[in-house]
Amino acid sequence: MQTKSKTKNNTISDPIPSAEYVTPIADALDAQQIPTRDGYGQALLELGETNPDVVVLTGDLADSTRTLDFKNKYPERFFEMGVAEQNMMGVAAGLALAGKIPFVSSYATFSPGRSWDQLRVSVAYSKANVKIIGAHTGVSVGPDGATHQALEDVAIVRCLPNTTVILPADANQAKQATLAAAAVDGPVYIRLTRENTPVFIPAGAEFSIGKAQILKDGTDVAIIASGPVVYNALLAADILEKEGINAMVINNHTIKPLDSDTIIAVAKRCGAVVTLEEHQIMGGCGSAVCELLAQNYPVPVEMLGMHDSFGESGEPEQLIKKYGMDKDAVVEAVKRILKKK
Amino acid sequence: MPNKNKNLNIGELQMKANDIRQDIINMLLEAKSGHSAGPLGLADVFTALYFKVLNHDPENPKWIGRDRLVLSCGHVCPVLYAALAESEYFPIEELMTLRKLGSRLQGHPHNLDLPGIENSSGPLGQGLSQAVGMALAAKLDHMQHRIYCVCSDGEQDEGQIWEALMMAGKRRLNNLTVILDRNNIQIDGFTEDVMPLEPLKEKYESFNWHVIEIDGNNIREVVDACNQAKAIYEKPTLIIAHTIPGKGVGFMEFNYKWHGMTPDKKQAEKALNDLRTMRGAIKSEHE
Repeated sequence: MQTKSKTKNNTISDPIPSAEYVTPIADALDAQQIPTRDGYGQALLELGETNPDVVVLTGDLADSTRTLDFKNKYPERFFEMGVAEQNMMGVAAGLALAGKIPFVSSYATFSPGRSWDQLRVSVAYSKANVKIIGAHTGVSVGPDGATHQALEDVAIVRCLPNTTVILPADANQAKQATLAAAAVDGPVYIRLTRENTPVFIPAGAEFSIGKAQILKDGTDVAIIASGPVVYNALLAADILEKEGINAMVINNHTIKPLDSDTIIAVAKRCGAVVTLEEHQIMGGCGSAVCELLAQNYPVPVEMLGMHDSFGESGEPEQLIKKYGMDKDAVVEAVKRILKKK
Repeated sequence: MPNKNKNLNIGELQMKANDIRQDIINMLLEAKSGHSAGPLGLADVFTALYFKVLNHDPENPKWIGRDRLVLSCGHVCPVLYAALAESEYFPIEELMTLRKLGSRLQGHPHNLDLPGIENSSGPLGQGLSQAVGMALAAKLDHMQHRIYCVCSDGEQDEGQIWEALMMAGKRRLNNLTVILDRNNIQIDGFTEDVMPLEPLKEKYESFNWHVIEIDGNNIREVVDACNQAKAIYEKPTLIIAHTIPGKGVGFMEFNYKWHGMTPDKKQAEKALNDLRTMRGAIKSEHE
C-alpha cells in the first residue's frame, strides 16, 4: 500500500503537506476531559472584559450553554429570552444591526434548528454580525435521545450564504474559535458538545478560521475529521501504525470556508480519504470534502457519521460505537478504503 | 440636517401621500408583480412617518442618532421605497426599477441594497424581533432615538410575533412603537375568516403594551398617536392603524383580491385618474 501511494505521490507537483501539530498519542491518552461548551463559557468571560459590544442571549439554557458566568459578571449585557428561539434569533439580528456582537446560545436542535428561517433572512441575508452557538450536538448528547441530538445543524447552516461554520475539536479550541468568531464581521456558527471529551490539541497549535490542522503525518490514507471525534481518528491512526498503515489525521475544524488547499493536498498525498463526524453524512464535513474532491481531485472516500438515521437514548460511548464513529470504526473504514486505492 | 421636510403642513402632507400613491401605481405597473392594496392603504402612515415623525437624514442614512423604521411586513415595500425616494434617499426615477434584475429595489427589502432600509424582511413576523433587538441596543447605549416597526395584521398569525411581544413587554421597551396596519385582509381572504385576531387590542394590553387605535388614513391621527407613544414611559406602544386597503383607488378599496395583484395599463390609468382628481384643484385629463 505504502509503495503504491508513494508512486502516485511522485507524480504530483503540489507541496507535500506534513504534520504541523504533532499530537503524541501517549500524551493525548492522559488528556483532561472537558466539554467543548466550557471553552465557550471561558471565552465569553474574556470577551466580556475586552469587548464592550459583546452581548449574550439564551433561551432558558444559561447554565447548560455555559453563559451563566457571563450573566453574573455582565448582567446588563445578558438577555434571557425565554423558550422562544425564533424571537431570540431575530432580536440578535436587531442588536447586531445596531452595532452589538450578539452570541445566541441554545441547543442546536432549537437554534439554528427552530430558528432557521430567522437565521436565513434576519441574519445571513442581512449579513448581521450574529454568532450562533449550537450546544448539545451529536449522538453523544446521550440519554436525552434523538430529539435533543442535533445531527443536521451543520448542513442547514453551511448551505446559507454569508455564513462561517466551525466545529471545535476540544475545549481549548472552542475558546479559540469563540474569540476568533468575535473578531469576524458576519454570521458565525460554532458547534458545541455536551459531554466531557479530551483536551488534546497541542497547546501551541495556532487556530485560524478556515485553516485545517494536520495533527499526524501519513501517506496511506487521510482521515479528515471534525469535532471532538477527531480524537477517535488519532486513536485509530495509532492502532493502524502498529499494523504498518500510515494514516494522516486532519482536524478539519472549519467546514466553511473549507480549507481547500490542505484537503486537496492531503488527497493527493494519500490517494484515499476517510471522513469522520458526529453529524449526518449528508451536508456535513464528509459532504463538504466530497464536493471539493469530486470537482478537483477525485479519490476513494469512506464517510463515517450518521447514515440517514436519527439517534436514540444511551450512554455517549455506546452510541458513538453503535453508529460507527469510534476508533474501531475508523480502523475498519481505513482498511476498506485501502483496498479501493 | 435631520429631516428638513418636517415643516410640511397637513395639507402638504396629504399631497405628499397622494404623490406616494401615484408612485406606487407607477411602480407596480412597471414591475407587473407585487402587492397593491397594502402599500396604498399605508401611504398616509408612511407620509406621517417620513415627513413628520421620524428624525432622519436622507443625506446621512447611517446617522447614529436616527429613528429606525423597521418594516416587518416586507411585501408592502413599494410604499417604503416611494417614501424613501420622496424623501430624497435616491432618485425618484429609480422607483421604476422595482423587482427588475440588478435593481436595488428588491421584491422584498434588503438592508444591504438601498440607503434608508434598516432591515431585510419578507417572511412575516421577523421585523418585530429585529425592532426589539434595536430597542434593547438603544437602551444599552443610552441613546434617545426611537424604533418604529410597521406590521401587518395578517402577520399577527405568526408565533414569532407573540414571542417578540412578550420580550418587549418584559423589558418595558418604551422606545418601541409598533404601527399595525389593520386593513382586515390577507391573501386568502378577510383576517377574521382566515385566522381571527380579535380582540387584538386586549391581547396586546395583556402582553403589557399600551394600545392606541386610530384612523390610519388620517395623517393627523398618525402623528398624534406617535407623539402620544413618546409620552408613555413604562411600556411599548401599539398603534392599531385602521386603514382602507387600496385607499385612494376606488376599484381596489376593501377588495382583498388586490392584496397580491398589480394593475394592468388600463387599470393603472384609472387608478392614477382617481388619485389625481382627489387633489380637487386639477381636473383629470382622462375624464
